[in-house]
Amino acid sequence: MLKFISGRLLQAIPVLFIVITATFFLIHSAPGGPFSADRAVPAQVIKALNARYHLDQPVWQQYLTYLGDLAQGDFGPSFKFPGRSVNEMIFGSLGTTAELGLYAMLVAVIIGVLAGVVAALKPNTAQDYVPMSVAMVGICMPSFLLGPLLVLVFGIYLEWLPISGWGDIPGDKILPAITLGASYAAYIARLSRGGMLEVMTQDYIRTARAKGLPEHIVIIKHALRGGLMPVIAFLGPAFAGLLAGSFVVETIFQIPGLGRFYVQAAFNRDYTMIMGTTIFFSVTIILFNLLSDILATWINPKLRHQSGGAES
Amino acid sequence: MALLEVNNLTVSFHTRNGVVKAVNNISFTIDKGETLAIVGESGSGKSVSCYSLLNLIPKPPGKIESGTALFSGHDLLSMDEAALRRIRGSDIAMIFQDPMTSLNPFLTVGEQLIEPLVYHRSYSRTEAAQRAIAVLDEVGIKNPAAAYEQYPHQFSGGMRQRVMIAMALITEPKLLIADEPTTALDVTIQAQILALIKELQQRHNIALLFISHDLAVVSDIADKVLVMYQGDQVEQGSRDEVFKHSQQAYTQKLLASIPSGAKVGGEAKSANALLQVSGLKTYFASRSGSWFKRKKNLNKAVDDVSFTINRGEIVGLVGESGSGKSTVGRSLLQLLPVTAGSIRFDDQELVGMPAKSLKTMRRRMQMIFQDPYASLNPRMTVFDTLAEPLLLHGLATKKTVHEQVLMLLDDVGLARSSLRKYPHEFSGGQRQRIAIGRAIATKPELIIADEPVSALDVTIQAQILSLILELVEKHNLTMLFISHDLSVVRSLCDRVLVMHHGHLVEQGDTEAIYQQPQHPYTQGLLSAIPLLE
Amino acid sequence: MSEAIAVYKQAEQGSSLWQDAWHRLQKNKLALCGLMVLILEIILALLTPWLAPYGYEQQDLALGAAPPSMEHWLGTDTLGRDMLTRIMYGGRVSLMVGFIATAVALLIGVVYGAVAGYMGGKVDALMMRLVDILYALPFMIFIILLMVIFGQNILLLFLAIGAVEWLTMARIVRGQVLSLRQQEYIEAAISIGLGPWTIIRRHIIPNTLGPVIVYTTLTIPSVMLLEAFLSFLGLGIQPPQSSWGLLISYGVETMEEYPWLLIYPGLKLSITLFALNFLGDGLRDALDPRASKD
Repeated sequence: MLKFISGRLLQAIPVLFIVITATFFLIHSAPGGPFSADRAVPAQVIKALNARYHLDQPVWQQYLTYLGDLAQGDFGPSFKFPGRSVNEMIFGSLGTTAELGLYAMLVAVIIGVLAGVVAALKPNTAQDYVPMSVAMVGICMPSFLLGPLLVLVFGIYLEWLPISGWGDIPGDKILPAITLGASYAAYIARLSRGGMLEVMTQDYIRTARAKGLPEHIVIIKHALRGGLMPVIAFLGPAFAGLLAGSFVVETIFQIPGLGRFYVQAAFNRDYTMIMGTTIFFSVTIILFNLLSDILATWINPKLRHQSGGAES
Repeated sequence: MALLEVNNLTVSFHTRNGVVKAVNNISFTIDKGETLAIVGESGSGKSVSCYSLLNLIPKPPGKIESGTALFSGHDLLSMDEAALRRIRGSDIAMIFQDPMTSLNPFLTVGEQLIEPLVYHRSYSRTEAAQRAIAVLDEVGIKNPAAAYEQYPHQFSGGMRQRVMIAMALITEPKLLIADEPTTALDVTIQAQILALIKELQQRHNIALLFISHDLAVVSDIADKVLVMYQGDQVEQGSRDEVFKHSQQAYTQKLLASIPSGAKVGGEAKSANALLQVSGLKTYFASRSGSWFKRKKNLNKAVDDVSFTINRGEIVGLVGESGSGKSTVGRSLLQLLPVTAGSIRFDDQELVGMPAKSLKTMRRRMQMIFQDPYASLNPRMTVFDTLAEPLLLHGLATKKTVHEQVLMLLDDVGLARSSLRKYPHEFSGGQRQRIAIGRAIATKPELIIADEPVSALDVTIQAQILSLILELVEKHNLTMLFISHDLSVVRSLCDRVLVMHHGHLVEQGDTEAIYQQPQHPYTQGLLSAIPLLE
Repeated sequence: MSEAIAVYKQAEQGSSLWQDAWHRLQKNKLALCGLMVLILEIILALLTPWLAPYGYEQQDLALGAAPPSMEHWLGTDTLGRDMLTRIMYGGRVSLMVGFIATAVALLIGVVYGAVAGYMGGKVDALMMRLVDILYALPFMIFIILLMVIFGQNILLLFLAIGAVEWLTMARIVRGQVLSLRQQEYIEAAISIGLGPWTIIRRHIIPNTLGPVIVYTTLTIPSVMLLEAFLSFLGLGIQPPQSSWGLLISYGVETMEEYPWLLIYPGLKLSITLFALNFLGDGLRDALDPRASKD
């Protein structure tokens, strides 16, 4: 198992390197710079700013300098917010986004798995059709549409829940978490239904029933592990999707999270901020992909032994 | 009073295409310690009737229409699910056909073993574990304490079936239902498992309901036999009544379909070699480990095999799974890269032959595959499948191809009207006829048949075998017949090659080998064959 | 020849797997509805310039944002432009992005996957390694970056979306080809003496088509969703052009006062996604060989 994890971590290094390099040169090959948008600033000031942030140097030299700083864990200063470092800004807003992501993930997994398993137990009955129809709505209703609609209904017409902010008023975390998690709950519901249906036809489920086990034991102990394998494999990609979704949800609900920062930084051409957040997002996505793989391996004894657990 | 008394059991399946009666009015009884075997071909309803007793058929579409099944005086069919659950795995236990898929891959063997004790007998986990290890020992698992902690995939097929048996017997049931328990196993393993079941049955005085398609196995194990055909009960009686004095046409046909005895009319063949194989080696390199630390494992599937096939001969190649017999067949046809050795066909070397000359050689040697469901392209009609080799090798023109394909259909005994049909519209036996038609289309000299009848029911198997014999005579074919079924090989082949772990351990005239095997492996193999007495 | 034709006519006409699939699809009412909605939308999009009740740029500033009425069935926006007209024109862009970007993904994915699967061995390992690495990249972030830096160019949008979506297609096709290569009928084709290209053309491609069609149908909605997502963030389609995503983003700004500006484009997008997803699900059920047994 340890060998497997360390192997995967080693593989992540070239991926990360590609991300850093590609992003860096992409940004620097773009027309215009971070200070060219502000027309009010006189030319010599721009020149001074460029010099201060080493933007007058050749790109490869800037790249090497950046890599050097990065190796020491320094993402550099923000171009748009003078005096503040990117590290400071990322870690300042990280907590909010992490919390939002966590709640959304909980919404997605709990509702999704429950709905999927319930539907799979009685396929082609109302118990199947109702949750699966709701899931279809969830898939076809993107977060940027669902969010405003939820605000309209629960925030404005019914006045049950606050419509913006994060942690200011009690209950203001409910709508963002649902908005972000809903479509993933729908995907997970469909995946777990499919997985459970597949597993329930397996011979070993028949064996479990032939042993006279109560049906809830058959489902929870014998079927669930196999049935949820597709869901576990989906958790990595789902996390990447949640991060992207947080850009929209944080914009809609005016939440001061990392996603909103990223979109702003992109619009402002805040080079160091873009680099910093991109690298940060990439690392977390890679880590979550790894985590979902480890989970899948850990649950499936066959994979566990193949990946070196049996020998070591 | 009988332990189990089934009366007028009728089960049907309600599908979109109508109601299918899977089991029609079946009655039987089993006494304590007795063995009743239900035999039949696929679709005969033999499994459904047993699964219905314990309410293990999928509902819907399955429905038990009528009947009673008195087990120790209580009717299983009218019992509620909770009461039935107390009997399943407790007084009535089951073992299934495929030990690979019947054990849960996510749980340890021990965890699965103790479940019946914990749920039915209220054992604590420690007590249950002790008993489980004792039972594992009893069914012949070496080092049972270690096996208790292992997962199913760490066991071989035979060992897994032993685990299944341990799991079934752990609560000391009164009745054991065994659904084709040895069908997925090699013949030597089958003999061991059958002996184990018999021994345990006698020791614990268990009644056994044994479901099988294999009459030889049944004649070996059963006290009473029930023959089923398409849901109906054909006949029922003691083993001797059914096997020796049956008056029923279907039973007689079934018995006659079993290949037995030596080949008839095996006149002397020419000594003119068509295929000479010497020092054939086919290795597979498999990689394991991570992407950075690759380990190369060499699997010597075929290791230094030499033999000759003369014109007009049918040569059998026998061996158990993993012996490398199929790899030999594919290597001969250059479907797999050969590692070393020489294959001479009509005095021309095939190994390393350039693609262009190989194409002309391919016309002269063809293959029939095991699985008639996988060996035909599902999106091509019978006409397309049969016309393809004819047109490719210029054996037919666009004008004549139609007539030639029709003649091929006649040859393999398929209706001319099936020309425009697709493979999925045929039964397994008919599909195998199409595949045979494709193989003989190019008028080849050598045919390599890789388990051509293993996937078929015994009556269909007999038909296909007689078709093969007929075609060999008619077209003067030479054949390498690869099979695990020693009885089939004996009834068909002039000479036999025996493979074990990639090596050719013995070869010679069929009767010489069957009557006086020299190699210990061949001796073990032959003694393991279940025979009709 | 006439004899042959006579026999042809006598012969029972078999039903191919495609015909079977079509029969199964016809039984699936939801999928058929999806197909119908989709065909209707495509026709509507093609004929928009002639069918739209108003001009695309036609404003009625005096009217302003008006709720649905007899003159303006779906109301007007803050500049007094007819919403029905704008949704129709927006649909042209949304559908076009969906179809073209999917076509890009299809082309790259099928060729790449088929080559990797058929070559096998080291070539396959290397090609799939590249796909794995690309999979691990945070693509959403890259697309956002691309759109910001190189301006909101619609061509770039096709390329960027297509470049993400081909990965899954390549994996599916490669998996199919790989499993097909081990089928006995491919071995039979080799032993008959057919060359590799004939085998690919006659035996492999027809058998990979099913999953490719299904996945294509399911890729279109996810591409449209991606476009709408980017447009919502202001990174996709730019005014004066419009798409459903962009209309939704305008609608959100004024949803408290003029909810119809949000609800109608949202409804339109959702209905289209529904239609495509139902059709995709239906096709999957119809083409799944396992489903053919019951």
